[in-house]
Amino acid sequence: MTKLNTYRSGPDERGHFGIFGGRFVAETLMPLILEVEKAYRDARADPAFEGEMRQQLKQYVGRPNPLYYAERLTEQLGGAKIYFKREELNHTGAHKINNCIGQILLARRMGKTRIIAETGAGQHGVATATVCALYNMPCVIYMGETDIARQQPNVFRMKLLGAEVRPVTSGSGTLKDAMNEALRDWVTNVSDTFYIIGTAAGPHPYPAMVRDFQSVIGDEVRTQMQELEGRLPDSLVACVGGGSNAIGLFHPFLDDPSVQMIGVEAAGRGIEKGPLDHAASINGGRPGVLHGNRTYLLQDEDGQILEGHSISAGLDYPGIGPEHSWLHDVGRVDYAYATDQEALDAFQLCARTEGIIPALESAHGLAEVIKRAPTLPKDHLMVLCLSGRGDKDIFSVAKHLGVEL
Amino acid sequence: MSAVESAVMKSVDVLADGRIARRFAALKAEGRAGLVTFITAGDPDPAVSQAVLNGLPAAGADLIELGMPFTDPMADGPAIQASSLRALKAGMTVRRTLEMVRGFRKLDADTPIILMGYFNPIHAYGVEPFLAAAREAGVDGLIVVDLPPEEDEELCLPALKAGVSFVRLTTPTTDEARMPAVMRNTSGFVYYVSIAGITGTASASNTAIDAAVARLKRHTGLPVAVGFGIKTPDQAAEVARVADAAVVGSAIVTRLADGLADGVDGAGSVRPGTVEDVLGFVGELAKGVRAARG
Repeated sequence: MTKLNTYRSGPDERGHFGIFGGRFVAETLMPLILEVEKAYRDARADPAFEGEMRQQLKQYVGRPNPLYYAERLTEQLGGAKIYFKREELNHTGAHKINNCIGQILLARRMGKTRIIAETGAGQHGVATATVCALYNMPCVIYMGETDIARQQPNVFRMKLLGAEVRPVTSGSGTLKDAMNEALRDWVTNVSDTFYIIGTAAGPHPYPAMVRDFQSVIGDEVRTQMQELEGRLPDSLVACVGGGSNAIGLFHPFLDDPSVQMIGVEAAGRGIEKGPLDHAASINGGRPGVLHGNRTYLLQDEDGQILEGHSISAGLDYPGIGPEHSWLHDVGRVDYAYATDQEALDAFQLCARTEGIIPALESAHGLAEVIKRAPTLPKDHLMVLCLSGRGDKDIFSVAKHLGVEL
Repeated sequence: MSAVESAVMKSVDVLADGRIARRFAALKAEGRAGLVTFITAGDPDPAVSQAVLNGLPAAGADLIELGMPFTDPMADGPAIQASSLRALKAGMTVRRTLEMVRGFRKLDADTPIILMGYFNPIHAYGVEPFLAAAREAGVDGLIVVDLPPEEDEELCLPALKAGVSFVRLTTPTTDEARMPAVMRNTSGFVYYVSIAGITGTASASNTAIDAAVARLKRHTGLPVAVGFGIKTPDQAAEVARVADAAVVGSAIVTRLADGLADGVDGAGSVRPGTVEDVLGFVGELAKGVRAARG
C-alpha cells in the first residue's frame, strides 16, 4: 500500500473513506441528504455558525473540560502517565452533547421544525432532548424496548426534557432497530424533520459532520497537553461503538506519526464465542452495507445483520463509523477489545482509585489502559477519553455484581 | 453529446428484448395496465411461498416482485417487516430465493420476476456471482431500495452489463434537477413510489398520481409502475387508469399473514385455504386493473 501523506483529507466528495462510507439510502431521502450536505458546507464557511456553536459549547456545555492527570491510577498501574479527557463533566454527562449542539444549529439554519433521533444507552437521546428543550423544538426519540428496560433513568430524563420517547419493538429492540425506525420516520416526514444521528456513522455527510463536531475533544487535548507537558501525547485510547468520541479524539492527531491511537471495541462475553456474544464489528465482523454506509458489520453468511451483545447499551451496535473501518484497513489506528468483565473491573477500579464513576462505555477504554499502561515507561503520556459518566449504569452494574438496590 | 442533450434525452430500455419489455409491449397491445404483485420469498415458509408464487400468473399477476428478506428493512412498514422476519425464521436465504425462481421458471417462461430488497445480502453473496446466479435462475430485474443513482457503480452498472434490469425508484421528493440522474441507468420500468414514506401505510390522491405519472413520462420512454399504499381492487383500478402498472405489496402480504395459525410474528404454518385466499385476492386486484380502462 502506498503511504498516504495525510489521513485527514477524507471523505471524498461522494462520502467515501477508501472503500467505506457512501450514501446507501432510499431515493426519498437522497434529495434531503444532498440538502444536508450543502447546508453543512455553507455553515462551516459561515463564521456566525462557528461562533454560535463555540459560544454554546462554552456557556451551556461547559467546555473546555479538563485534561486531568489520574495520579493514583498512574501510580497503581506503575507505567505510563495517564490523563483523562473529562467529557463526562459536560452538561448531560457525556460527549454526545458536542454533536447535538452542532446538528441542531444546522437544523435551525435549514428551517427544519421537528427533530428525531435514535438512542441506545440513552445518552444521545438525553443530549438531543436537551438541545431541543434549549431551542424549543419538538423532539421524538426512538429507543428499542430492550434498551428502555435497561436504561430507565435516561428514559425518564428525556421525558422530563419534553421529548417523546417512542419504544421500538421491531427486531430485537436495540440501537439498530431504533435507527431503522428513525429512518422510517424521516422518510415519512422529509419536509419538516431533521434527523440528529448520534454517532459518526450513517450516510454522507453524517460521518464527517459528527466527526467535525466531536473534534473539539482532540483539539482541546492538543492544547491542554501542550500546556501541561509541553508536547504531544504518546497514545490516545477511546471506546468504540459507532465511534464518535474516538474519532473526535483521534482526528486532530491523525497526521502526527508519533501519536499512537487505540479504539476499544466491546467484546461482550468474548469474541471467540461468535458474533452473537460481542459487539466488535472490526475484530469480529466484515464489511457490508447498513444504515447508509459501507463499513465493518456483524453479519451472518447471508448478509443478515446480527444483534451483537455488550454489557454497555451504548456499544451494542452491529456496525462502526466508516472512517474507523478505513483507519483500521490503512493501519493508522489499532482496534483492540475489552470484555464485559474487563469493563466491569475497570469501572470499579476507576470509582475507587479516582473517585470517578465512568460510563460502562468509557470503562471499555479504561480496560485497555489497564492492560497497556504497566508495560510502558513512566514518561509515556497516555490519554483516555472518559466519554461519559456512569450514573446511568449503576443499576445494571449492581445487577451484574449481584447487589440488590 | 452535450450535458444538455443527455439531460433532455429520455431514457430507453437497454434490455429491450427481455421478458419485462415483452410483457409491457403485450399489455400495451391489449390496451390495459399491468398488475405487479409483491410477496416476500419464503414467507411464512418456503413451501407455502412457492405455492403462492407459482399461482400468481394464473391469478392475474402480470409481473412479480419477489422480496429478498432482510433483517433491517428500513423502507418497509410493519407488514413487510414482519413478513421478512417470518421468512428468515423459516430459514430463507438469497440462495433459496434464487431456487424459488428456478422452480417458478419450470412452470412459467414468460412472467417477469423482479427481485426486490436491500443491498447487504447481495453484497455478502458477491455482486458478480449473484448477478450470474440470478440471471441463470431466470430473474429479469432488481429493485434495491438502498442504492440511489449516487451508488450506481455498486450494482446497477454491473447488473446492466450482466443483462439484468435495474428498476429505479422515483419518489415525490425526486425533483426536476435530479430526474435525469435517476433515469440515466434505469431499465425495465420506472417504479414511482407515490408517497414519501414506508410501504403499506398512507395512500396518495389520484390527482397527485396523475400529475406524477405525467411528469415521469416527460423524462422517460419506459413504462411507469405506481406503488406504495394501494390496498384494494378499486385503488388498483384508479392507478391503472393513468399508470402502465399498479404495484400491490403490503395488502397481499397482509392477506397471507391473516392465514397464519399462530399470528403474524410466528413462523407457524398457515390454515388450509390460505394460498387460495391470497390468490383469490390477487384475482380481485387483477379484475380491477383489467376493467380500469374499459
